[in-house]
Amino acid sequence: MSELPAGFVPPAATPSERFVPSTRIGDRPLVKWMLIGLTASIASLLLLLPLAIIFSAAFAGGVELYASKVIEPDTLHAVWLTVLTALVAVPVNTVFGIAAAWAITRFQFSGRRFLIVLIELPFSISPIVAGVAYLFVFGTQGLVGPWLEEHGIRIMFAAPGIFLVSMFVTCPYVARELITVMSSRDETDELAAVSLGASGFQTFFRVTLPNMKLALLYGVLLCNARVMGEFGAVSIVSGSIRGRTNTLPLQIELLFNDYNTVAAFAAATLLTTLALVTLVLKLIIERRR
Amino acid sequence: MKQRSPLPGFGLSMGVTLGYLSLIVLLPLTVLVLRTFGLTAEEFWRIASSPRAIAAYRVTITSAAWATLFNVILGGALAWILVRYEFPGRRILDAMIELPFALPTAVAGIALTTLLARNGWLGAPLESVGIKVAYTQLGIIVAMIFTSLPFVVRTVEPVLREIESEIEESALLLGASEMNIFRRVLLPELMPAFLAGAGMSFARSLGEYGAIIFIAGNLPMRTEIVALLTVIRLEEYEYEAAATYATTILIFSLFFLLVSNLAQGFLLRHVK
Repeated sequence: MSELPAGFVPPAATPSERFVPSTRIGDRPLVKWMLIGLTASIASLLLLLPLAIIFSAAFAGGVELYASKVIEPDTLHAVWLTVLTALVAVPVNTVFGIAAAWAITRFQFSGRRFLIVLIELPFSISPIVAGVAYLFVFGTQGLVGPWLEEHGIRIMFAAPGIFLVSMFVTCPYVARELITVMSSRDETDELAAVSLGASGFQTFFRVTLPNMKLALLYGVLLCNARVMGEFGAVSIVSGSIRGRTNTLPLQIELLFNDYNTVAAFAAATLLTTLALVTLVLKLIIERRR
Repeated sequence: MKQRSPLPGFGLSMGVTLGYLSLIVLLPLTVLVLRTFGLTAEEFWRIASSPRAIAAYRVTITSAAWATLFNVILGGALAWILVRYEFPGRRILDAMIELPFALPTAVAGIALTTLLARNGWLGAPLESVGIKVAYTQLGIIVAMIFTSLPFVVRTVEPVLREIESEIEESALLLGASEMNIFRRVLLPELMPAFLAGAGMSFARSLGEYGAIIFIAGNLPMRTEIVALLTVIRLEEYEYEAAATYATTILIFSLFFLLVSNLAQGFLLRHVK
């Protein structure tokens, strides 16, 4: 979510202090309330109706039916694979994000701007392209596929493939947040720590990290939401073997295409709840920053 | 390569960054592009410009353009009411704007499809006045609107907040009409932000897959997007065709990224 450019600072939620009625354009009550009414109703229609239908369709057969659909073994397995993917991809991309932010914000080198563009590249690339590209590396038709097959290593149509494309799709999230925050603070504190004899890691964990905890959390949160919800890239590399390599979004597709609507929406409520929790946490972090 | 800095860890952090990017991002993309080198230029062109592919490009690009236009208008209006007005529910609306980024696209896809299907909450009343949304190009456009709604709002909002009220006040005092002030004073200031938001919105719509495939109907030549055509070719084991379409999408996204970066840089330097 929020694929916005580096350096983009989310606006504060406080109303403008310069708000002076009737001296700015669009402040006449008629104009104002017509604009609010029209815009807000279209936006809520577009945003709230999908939410409403997800829960209404999931509970259409009552709470018991809903519960029985959520705990179906295939759906539970998909939940497990989704969580496992996040447990692999999010920490890896967090370490990458920290390394990238340290290199980019604490040193001057040629090609620095290019490196930033490179880090954000996955935001501009369709997940389908990512999936196809990985297939041509690890698939049986691919670059190292035949070698892998000879040695009995399965990457495509198995969990490792899902981990890898998820890493591709979400690698910019943590890096982008940390680069934004770390470039707004200069390295005076870190230089002081180093000159007093702290090692690199000590400096990072004791001086740098405490100042960017919220940004780190923010990046991890967005990265996690995207990993758990990724569909296109994962659908290409997973092979969608029912109950074996289905993540939750793929399981939802499978159930929906089987006309098993209640089960599809029951599984969808899990991801929707994750999305709503992510939004609330995001809001809390933004308020505290 | 680098200037001297007393801070440690340049080698390690740079090594991790470059190593990871090369393995995870650059290697697969390079392999994909190289894959098409097995084809002659003629073969590549024949696949990339087959009638079905041309139809898919047309559907994808026109849908993305309509969705972006809609989001520029709705997003601009949303940014305006969120920044300029105080009204009940403003904070909730503000928080909800980013729902499309948080909600997995497959979930959005099945929700929109169910809403807009012939017997759906919105589909039924629309059908009775003769408008079909699900399984038509309109459905693709709605899915693209939903998934890229937040971009324009979030790029325009901060710029709108920064505009000083003095300019508008003096223009009003000098007798300019509100519409004129909006067009001549505010719009030029907001233009780079609108352009940035529209660019991201368009790019995202072009690459969107999960939300669209459920609602599109996926009829070849009519409601088939390029991403889906790529997947269909893969499923038919037509690897060369899949590589060709994926490479075409990749080249287009890179070109678009370059153009929109240049355009933003130009506007920021010359308009203000």
